[in-house]
Amino acid sequence: MRHMLRMTLVLLPHQPMQETVIPAAGAPYSTFLYVLIPLLPFLGFLINGLLNRKLSATVAGLISSAAVLGSFAISVFLFLNFQYQYTVPLFDWISVGTMQIPFSYQIDQLSLIMLLLVTGVGFLIHVYSMGYMAHDENVGKFFSFLNLFVFSMLVLVLGSNFLILFIGWEGVGLCSYLLIGFWNKNTAYNNAAKKAFIINRVGDLGFLLGIFLIYLTFESVQFAEVFQKASLGQFGSYGPEVVTVITLLLFVGATGKSAQLPLYTWLPDAMAGPTPVSALIHAATMVTAGIYMILRANVLFTLAPDTLEVIAIIGAATALFAATIGLAQNDIKKVLAYSTVSQLGYMFLALGVMGYSTSLFHVLTHAFFKALMFLGAGSVIHAMSNEQDMRRMGGLRKALPITFITFLVGCLAISGIPPFAGFFSKDEILLHTFQHSKLLYGVGLVTAFLTAFYMFRLLFLTFFGEFRGTEQQRQHLHESPASMTLPLIVLAILAAVGGFMNAPFFLGEENAYLSNYLAPLFTYSQKINPAAFDLAVDHGTELMLIGLSVGAGVLGILFAYVLYMSRGVRPAEEGAPRGFLDNLVYHKYYIDELYNALLVRPIMWLSRGLYRFVENGIIDPIVNGFGRVTLGGGQLVRAVQTGSVEVYLLLMVVAIVLVMALNFGKF
Amino acid sequence: MDQNIPQVIQTVPLQYYVFFATALFSIGVLGVLTRRNAIIIFMSVELMLNAVNVLLVAFSAFRSDPNGQVFVFFIMAVAAAEVAVGLAIIVMIYRNIQSTDVNLLSRLKF
Repeated sequence: MRHMLRMTLVLLPHQPMQETVIPAAGAPYSTFLYVLIPLLPFLGFLINGLLNRKLSATVAGLISSAAVLGSFAISVFLFLNFQYQYTVPLFDWISVGTMQIPFSYQIDQLSLIMLLLVTGVGFLIHVYSMGYMAHDENVGKFFSFLNLFVFSMLVLVLGSNFLILFIGWEGVGLCSYLLIGFWNKNTAYNNAAKKAFIINRVGDLGFLLGIFLIYLTFESVQFAEVFQKASLGQFGSYGPEVVTVITLLLFVGATGKSAQLPLYTWLPDAMAGPTPVSALIHAATMVTAGIYMILRANVLFTLAPDTLEVIAIIGAATALFAATIGLAQNDIKKVLAYSTVSQLGYMFLALGVMGYSTSLFHVLTHAFFKALMFLGAGSVIHAMSNEQDMRRMGGLRKALPITFITFLVGCLAISGIPPFAGFFSKDEILLHTFQHSKLLYGVGLVTAFLTAFYMFRLLFLTFFGEFRGTEQQRQHLHESPASMTLPLIVLAILAAVGGFMNAPFFLGEENAYLSNYLAPLFTYSQKINPAAFDLAVDHGTELMLIGLSVGAGVLGILFAYVLYMSRGVRPAEEGAPRGFLDNLVYHKYYIDELYNALLVRPIMWLSRGLYRFVENGIIDPIVNGFGRVTLGGGQLVRAVQTGSVEVYLLLMVVAIVLVMALNFGKF
Repeated sequence: MDQNIPQVIQTVPLQYYVFFATALFSIGVLGVLTRRNAIIIFMSVELMLNAVNVLLVAFSAFRSDPNGQVFVFFIMAVAAAEVAVGLAIIVMIYRNIQSTDVNLLSRLKF
């Protein structure tokens, strides 16, 4: 594959490039319309933030929901009237010497799909939050943060260069931090927020270095320019290897934001935030930013097959690794968190095997069913009076019928049971992987089995069997209000039928709406590596693969059924004796402890050493020295200030005479 | 009396005005330095101001330049305002410490 790539690279400059991907046409609507998309949530943030305690909970929720709904409406309008790709210039942002970075929006298939996803799912979760957060004392603060998040995410998605993307990238990171630590009276939650923020910084460093290198290589950070130059093989003063370095650095950024090995540990801890936050930020939208970024830069990644190999391996490893941890978790949100990490692994696996549109397809279906399941879990937690341990639940399907049915749809979707959404996207990923590498396909298949198992373990433990909570909790059990169940129902419908937006190949090439719609994004990539886009697979193989993956899902469900329904196995309590493997998985392979010992503690030692020897030994004496010199000088001079007017007058006269004498003494 | 004022002034040599003004100014300085009564110090300050005024008028007349005399008017106006403020301060000092001795005012120190 690499050999062929070299050949195409040589050939490319000679090929006519008339059919450019971005036609030189302006925006068809007024700039104001585009500005309004991120501006509305920002206004919501300002109103709710400034009038924090003045607005009632309902009004705050309505304002921010309306803001996101407005953005959603504009996005739908743009989506329906989309004709061609264009950029919307807003203003010249950075203009230093030869460096020109405009602030402009990019409107194309990718940004439109992401706009719809962020505002659509975002709106549903805002509505849900009105019910879920109704009893919280800081509702205004919550909604203002949520709106700020939507604003940052929209900036991230709309930006037409890497720098604007980076602004949004950091903005969503900040909001993630603020919302994980939303209940800031709990130290553990604050630590989780700090952990998320710091681990993301590690990834961001890679991303930032990648952007610097892009600028050095292509002398621009504007998407259109960079990708055109890259596809023509113009790497400035560097050789083609620079693309591999750039893409690896960008991928480091993506592993941080999208919680891949080895930087995934923050995401499970991020569940400290309110559940709607987990659904919106840590499942549906923000964590997919890394995938969005790689899709955006797909030309660069196609030029670097080595990086793609790394991405595929890390994706598959993360998918399997997180799935195994998910098997033994007892916190309902932790299971979903590890499941998210695992599904993100799938998306990266798809990227790594160049199933670009497939990856976005999974982003969309995953957003539907994972948001659905998180909101369902929120509904359960709400009903259980903030209990999150599945060992204290059970038999909830009678008390929470709507939550149960919608949750069941989500579980079926993530387990890849046809015709639910997850089946189509997961199947497409596995198909692409199968063509690329049989080993990675095997990993994906095992993960599919594990996913089905732990999701139905969760379902059976929560909704079936006898109730295991306290009597007080049993009294309190109730179905959630309409503002919470309505988003659940909408998401359940999407999770059920969303898969048909990209029907599999055996149903006909023309029914793959999403792939066809997205195809123009990958024109350059297709030119560079046409073979990867040519999915020559006969229907027999495809049907066999579908059979295998559905079989894996069904097998997982059956296993869970036998274990938790027929045999009635219950997860062991805290401190119960465990086997070696069980113990290892239950403690998440001791990764957190390993990071603590390898990184956190040495850094703390270093900091303490620096504090003791550099801060206390060098910097403090210097600063204090300045203070002491000033103080001593003052002590000396203050002797003159006797308070006697006569002395002052005498000194004044003497001084004036001296000034005169020195000035005019020449006469 | 049909001579105008500058001509009258010019009947005395310029040096005499300088000597006179210097003497007046020195008396003022000495008064400020040696006396302890705030009112006398104040008067001495006025003496110094007027020494300067005399000098300005004399030079103005000898150089046929009216600017100097105009300047003197301003100094006199400002001095009048300054006297009003200064005397008010002295009255307040007297009300507080029943004296106008400046040596008693030694609390203004670090």
